[in-house]
Amino acid sequence: MRFVFKTDYNQDIKLLKHGGYWWSYGALLAVMIAAPYLIGSYLQSQIVFVFIYAIVGVALIILTGFTGQASLGHAAFLAIGAYTAGFMQSKGIPFIVYFPAAAIITGAVGAMVGFPALRLSGIYLVIATIAFAFIVEEILARWESVTHGNEGMRVRTLDLLGQPMPRDSDAFYFLCLLVLVGSILLALNLLRTPTGRAFIAIRDSETAGKSMGIDLAGYKVKSFAISAALTGMAGVLFAHKMSFISPEMFTLLLSIEFIMVIIIGGAFGVHGAVLGAIFIVMVDPFLTALKDDVPVLGASLASSLGMSPEASGKLRETMSSIGSAAGLKGAIYGLIIMMFILFEPYGLYGRWLKVKLFFQLFPLYKKATFKRQKTYVKSERNR
Amino acid sequence: MLDFIQQLVSGIALGCVYGLIALGFVLIYKATEVVNFAQGDLMMLGGFFVFTFIGLIGLDYWLGFLFAVCGMAVFGMATERILIRPILGYPQFSIVMATIGLGYFLRSLAGMIWGTDDLKIETPFSSGVLKLGDLVIAHDKLSVIVATVILCIVLYAFFNYTRMGTAMRATSENMLAAYYMGIPVKRVVSLIWAISAAVAATAGVLLAPITFIHSNVGLALGLKAFPAAVLGGFGSIPGALIGGLIIGVIETLAGFYLPQGWKDVAPYVVLLIVLLVRPHGLFGPSMRKKV
Repeated sequence: MRFVFKTDYNQDIKLLKHGGYWWSYGALLAVMIAAPYLIGSYLQSQIVFVFIYAIVGVALIILTGFTGQASLGHAAFLAIGAYTAGFMQSKGIPFIVYFPAAAIITGAVGAMVGFPALRLSGIYLVIATIAFAFIVEEILARWESVTHGNEGMRVRTLDLLGQPMPRDSDAFYFLCLLVLVGSILLALNLLRTPTGRAFIAIRDSETAGKSMGIDLAGYKVKSFAISAALTGMAGVLFAHKMSFISPEMFTLLLSIEFIMVIIIGGAFGVHGAVLGAIFIVMVDPFLTALKDDVPVLGASLASSLGMSPEASGKLRETMSSIGSAAGLKGAIYGLIIMMFILFEPYGLYGRWLKVKLFFQLFPLYKKATFKRQKTYVKSERNR
Repeated sequence: MLDFIQQLVSGIALGCVYGLIALGFVLIYKATEVVNFAQGDLMMLGGFFVFTFIGLIGLDYWLGFLFAVCGMAVFGMATERILIRPILGYPQFSIVMATIGLGYFLRSLAGMIWGTDDLKIETPFSSGVLKLGDLVIAHDKLSVIVATVILCIVLYAFFNYTRMGTAMRATSENMLAAYYMGIPVKRVVSLIWAISAAVAATAGVLLAPITFIHSNVGLALGLKAFPAAVLGGFGSIPGALIGGLIIGVIETLAGFYLPQGWKDVAPYVVLLIVLLVRPHGLFGPSMRKKV
């Protein structure tokens, strides 16, 4: 086990704590850069979705994980970013302008949502963000001169300084990777600044933070604005990736999916956003496999174990009928959420940390290290 | 003018529907400070239960009603035991997410078991109207209004005048202190989930002739009932009814007088405005923060 002996503050807040980080993250980056040349186009396209979901995940971690403000309205921010891109592009504005513009507009809207958040907390905030998302969805469906209403809107190929980037190209992959790495660095650097520490103070105790002189209102609005702006950027990429956007893509269910990203990944660290995004995006290919491959595999396994051909054929039919049942995705999503909250509250990244610590401390690992503190419920009305 | 009154009445009927579902939210919140996002889906499940008892098994309406309500009460208790009790006491948002997951799960499961078609049952309220002068109220809507008002009064009395109700309020105030005072906290929480699921089942049965029974009906109505509960101030039983009425009336009037598209948004706009002015809803207790 490596022990870093810290002698000054700058060492404490360094992003790369020791040499090992250079190796591991450098290797990860190298793999991600090499990936388009090694994998098929389907997988590459899935990875682009992972990048986009991970950007939203990072945005949510800044808001929920760091600042402790819940939001079920992030699909609306994504929609605003996507529609800004679509509209501005159709007016002939270049990408280099509308990409930051989408971030700024979404950030401004996020700040506006942040203002009610000053007075609301807990469940009232959740419902306010849901209400906001509904209103945005309805505006998108009705403001036809800009959004083309429910018919949806085509988004043309991304054009970066005269360089076309089709949605399946390697160039688009690298652009998404770049934005993701940028937003991760932003989140990590944010944590090293007074702003980030103020966010965490607000999460842990608003009262304590306030009495330490933290301007609650300002920081909450900032947190909402940063989170929304990042989501808006993801929205631009999302629009180009889908190449078609319509209001029904940005429903409450998408917001819930985003929250699932950070619940599954673990909301306390940026790693969680990426792990959660991988998990969520890969549920779909997994379901397809469940529908197509698993029944065949199960049947052949059964017949090799000495089952009669009719019985194994019947088994295959039953399994594929379960696999293709309508709404299976919803059931699996629901189960995943409940299982993670019940059994793995720190998410996949928490599991990784536990495994790592187990080997670091090898015979001395104690299960209680990661035990959640259970508090008795006290009325939030008095808090 | 008659148009307006007719709209108002149908708004009130719709509001009672929302109020009835909102009651379930409020009950659980009032006793345990847990927000149950799956309330609409419990209602939906209640509808399917009654369809099973009446439509498939062929029981009498009232008997099927009773069985559905009891069945859902047991189901609510089981849900509490399996899903909620292990995470009670953790941050509220994780419990909210767990119930969202539960809602997802129940929706898909119901779709898989009972199919995705609109189902219908024959009820004594299915046909027939009540005429008051020129006003017309269908019996099925009237049954919802009456049931909502009765349930509100009964539950309000239960919370304020019985030993168990007092125990529930104490539990919500401070679980540990309630436990020290000899209140069986676990049983209280179980019971409130049973009651809330039973209320949801009642809503599901009464709504069956109006909205039909479908696996997505819970989500749609739940998302409208939720603002109703918030508007009334989460945790206030009369608030749930009044919040529901406000949302229902606004929605109906907006659909009638305002351009298309306002119908669905108007309740949320009003909700946001109310929350800006009164962050704890209309009837919520506005207490100061204590350190």
